[in-house]
Amino acid sequence: MIQLQKLVKTFDGHPVLNGIDMDITEGEIIVIIGPSGTGKSTLLRCLNFLEQPDSGQISIDGDTVDAARASKKAVLKLRRNTSFVFQNYALFANKTAVQNIAEGLMTVWGKPKAEALAEAQQILADIGLADKADSYPAALSGGQQQRVGIGRAMASHSKVMLFDEPTSALDPEWVEEVLQLMKKLAQRKQTMLVVTHEMSFAREVADRVVFMEGGRIVEQGPPEQLFSNPADPRTREFLRKVIRD
Amino acid sequence: MNFDVTYFLEMIPLLLGYLGLTMKMASLGLVFALILAVNMAVVRVLKVPLLDWLVQLFISFFRGTPLLVQLFLLYYGLPQMFPIMVGIDAFTAAVIGLSLHFSAYMAESIRAAILGIDKSQMEAALSIGQSSLMAMRRIILPQAARIALPSLMNQFVDMIKSTSLAFTLGVAELMARAQMEASSSFRFFESFLAVALIYWAVVVIFTQLQNRLEKHLNRAYQR
Repeated sequence: MIQLQKLVKTFDGHPVLNGIDMDITEGEIIVIIGPSGTGKSTLLRCLNFLEQPDSGQISIDGDTVDAARASKKAVLKLRRNTSFVFQNYALFANKTAVQNIAEGLMTVWGKPKAEALAEAQQILADIGLADKADSYPAALSGGQQQRVGIGRAMASHSKVMLFDEPTSALDPEWVEEVLQLMKKLAQRKQTMLVVTHEMSFAREVADRVVFMEGGRIVEQGPPEQLFSNPADPRTREFLRKVIRD
Repeated sequence: MNFDVTYFLEMIPLLLGYLGLTMKMASLGLVFALILAVNMAVVRVLKVPLLDWLVQLFISFFRGTPLLVQLFLLYYGLPQMFPIMVGIDAFTAAVIGLSLHFSAYMAESIRAAILGIDKSQMEAALSIGQSSLMAMRRIILPQAARIALPSLMNQFVDMIKSTSLAFTLGVAELMARAQMEASSSFRFFESFLAVALIYWAVVVIFTQLQNRLEKHLNRAYQR
């Protein structure tokens, strides 16, 4: 369903992505792991053009965007086909929880206000925050904010949800509720691309785990295989460091 | 010291009759200045080619020259070059001059406020599929308004006071009337003290309004 071909991104001449190829099938849950600064987040951000890749191609359902010369229209379409969950939640600070979720429905998908708010309210119920509809982000806990962030991403019914370290900024007490919500989405076969350091989540939920280092995909495979029998010494080294038990 | 209390007390209601024109100038000036300023700030933040350069030139000129000079240039100077502008009356010229002058300052305040918004707000708006202009309008500007409010209010206060310069173009506003009364009665101190107190009172009232507005805009940010 989604293909990345030879995706390259450099920052000030310093290569961050060295030609990434990836095929994602519908309903697949992919978890990307690897040391920090290896381009995991950049890969996600290139997928919806929050960063413009230098070269390469992104295809979603046959719509191919050539990174080097992407038109505004193509970028907009790409963004409608994807949704993004930010590490720092990035909820719209001037809008309540329900407005955060309804915003895209109204302004991007053209739904009438009442309909958008009703749909947003349903999503809030789905993520267990129906009673927080009229709270502004500043009045929500980190975990609640991130769940609203996921709710906002759910609203666009996008083909793929991109999660950029969704639990890294959370106090430990809130991590579990966010992971639970992500598991719920995984059970519904929502296609997901998740950058995370939560190895137990990767082990339990991922269909495929991708290990990245130095802007390249070093190794990938089903979690059982990658975690218990990694082929590449770099993968082994990384897993030894992050999994202590 | 001979302070004519009766004359002074009579001056206040007489001058208040002209406050309306002063406030009309200031409020029209505020509306036009804000519209211009918001657009210029967005052009600068989004670095729109060519327009960005024009806006920088505009801001540099209107911040770099005295308001009085700008008013004279506009009212006495330009009609000589462009006969079509001869028909512009002094009031309109004053409103245009005040709008242009203060829009330059306000644009910079708004731009600074926009730059003070965390960039993830824009990214989040783009990620749900909004265009950068729509994101500006729906997400960034409402938040920037709250940050910019104190300095915008300062500039509005400055604008209210600067309407007094319109008397040099012959607009019969508050200051012009005080000047007229003073020179016919020779009671300069009483006249100008009365006009000063009126400006002061107006500014104090607007400062109170500002406090309320700030509270209103802050409601989303309370825990």
